[in-house]
Amino acid sequence: MIMNEMQLLTWVRGPGLNLAVGIFVLGVLWRLFEIYSLGRKKDLSAPRAASGASGWRTIFRRTLPAEGMLKKAPVTYIAGGVFHIGLAIVVLLFAPHIKLIQSLIGVSWPALPSQFIDLITIVTLVAMLVLLADRIMNPVKRFLSTFEDWFTWTLTFLPLLTGWLAVRHLLLPYTTMLALHILCVELLLIFLPFTKLFHAFTVFGSRWFNGTVNGHKGVAV
Amino acid sequence: MMALPPVAGRAMASALAAAQAATRRPSVIWLPFQECTGCTESITRSHSPTIEGMIFDMVSLDYQETLMAAAGFQAEEALHAAMKENHGKYLLIVDGSIPLGLDGAYSCIAGRTNLELLKEASRGAAAIVAMGSCAAFGGLPNAKPNPTGAVSVSDIIKDRPIVNVPGCPPIPVVMTAVLAHFITFGSLPELDAKGRPKAFYGETIHDRCYRRPFYDQGKFARTFDDEGARNGWCLFELGCKGPVTYNSCATTKWNAGTSWPVESGHGCLGCSEPDFWDAGGFYRALSMPAGPLQMVGVAAAVGVATGAAVGFLNRAKKNAAKAGHETTTLADLEK
Repeated sequence: MIMNEMQLLTWVRGPGLNLAVGIFVLGVLWRLFEIYSLGRKKDLSAPRAASGASGWRTIFRRTLPAEGMLKKAPVTYIAGGVFHIGLAIVVLLFAPHIKLIQSLIGVSWPALPSQFIDLITIVTLVAMLVLLADRIMNPVKRFLSTFEDWFTWTLTFLPLLTGWLAVRHLLLPYTTMLALHILCVELLLIFLPFTKLFHAFTVFGSRWFNGTVNGHKGVAV
Repeated sequence: MMALPPVAGRAMASALAAAQAATRRPSVIWLPFQECTGCTESITRSHSPTIEGMIFDMVSLDYQETLMAAAGFQAEEALHAAMKENHGKYLLIVDGSIPLGLDGAYSCIAGRTNLELLKEASRGAAAIVAMGSCAAFGGLPNAKPNPTGAVSVSDIIKDRPIVNVPGCPPIPVVMTAVLAHFITFGSLPELDAKGRPKAFYGETIHDRCYRRPFYDQGKFARTFDDEGARNGWCLFELGCKGPVTYNSCATTKWNAGTSWPVESGHGCLGCSEPDFWDAGGFYRALSMPAGPLQMVGVAAAVGVATGAAVGFLNRAKKNAAKAGHETTTLADLEK
């Protein structure tokens, strides 16, 4: 029997979510254990300088463009920054999202007005489209792009788009679009641990490690 | 009413007056199947048009078990006489679902199954109104595990125009307005994809809710007696299904416009949508999981175990490479 939209919504909120969160947790723990258990060879050289807080500072400094880079690759930095910050705001400060997080792990915080979230979503969607256009038009980026890059862009874009369409009541009835939105988020959850999207978990650890090693080698920041 | 132009009001009034003047008022037959009589209770509360006004002036309600004086053989006789005399012209109203389990034995009237009665009565019907969520979508009897094999009218009847008027029960004025529309125009109103009149089921409760601004501001009642509840804030967090429910409670209200569920402080249950009984619980917010996330514990254990196993494999590989004095090639770096 074909599911109606209410059954689809209940499925994605129930068994679908169970499956997606299960695969997500499995994948994240697997990958974290795998990556961090690789280890590094013991560095036997005498440190040139004390690493100090180089690792922590690098976490922050790499968020900012290196000198001159903003002029060389403005789209990458500006649209990239806008998209990441926008995504964080939409995911973490929209009232229904907070309610979901609260029901899963018990913590909650104040939400932003939904009209403001709507605006941020549009800005984020535009930034992502600009980044996609840049990836297609810029020959170097296009050359470096693999299937995974296009795939992960789509995985990130679809939840934003369907969520926005649902709230705005566009294209499909709200119930159907809400179900599709949750379904897209579940696809994102399932693939996140096994694609480059896993940087969400590793980025700060990697930066800290690089900063510490650089400090050890005498380039403390 | 019914999203019709202003002149329609006059047309409607004259048509209804004509119906009154006609010697034969349009015949209406109301068959009750697996139902609770809530729909009948509801329609008796209609204030415009009133049910008594309709019965006395507009229609000939030839069979309605709860409202008719006759019982037993007399009632059955009235039913069959009406079906015979008005063949092809009568309006058939059905409330309740139709059980298909045990050859329909779960619900019988005068020794005949609901399925048999529906098929017989639909043959001569000009149109069928599936009144209430049970007749429209299967409703409560159809909820998991559906022990009687309950289905809706449209699951069985495919060759007659059907209008679904869902709700548990439907709004009284919506029920009578659909009948008034049929009597006036001799046709069914414009329907949505679920066979519901667009005029009453065109927008969600959430979009017409007077508490909507609080949703947009992120102001929610978290329990039924906290400050938010007393301030009349949004009931989304208490499980309100307004965002996914198409009905006009927020605009027509109930009991002659007195109030409606959200106004009285309770979230919408989503009663005019299919499968609302099985939609993850009345008091769970729509954004919350509809069921327990049972896989997480096992998934975490498997994840840690896999990660550790792969880690050991990698170490063994590294140690073997070290022992074998393998060199790193350019191809290795490309991996």
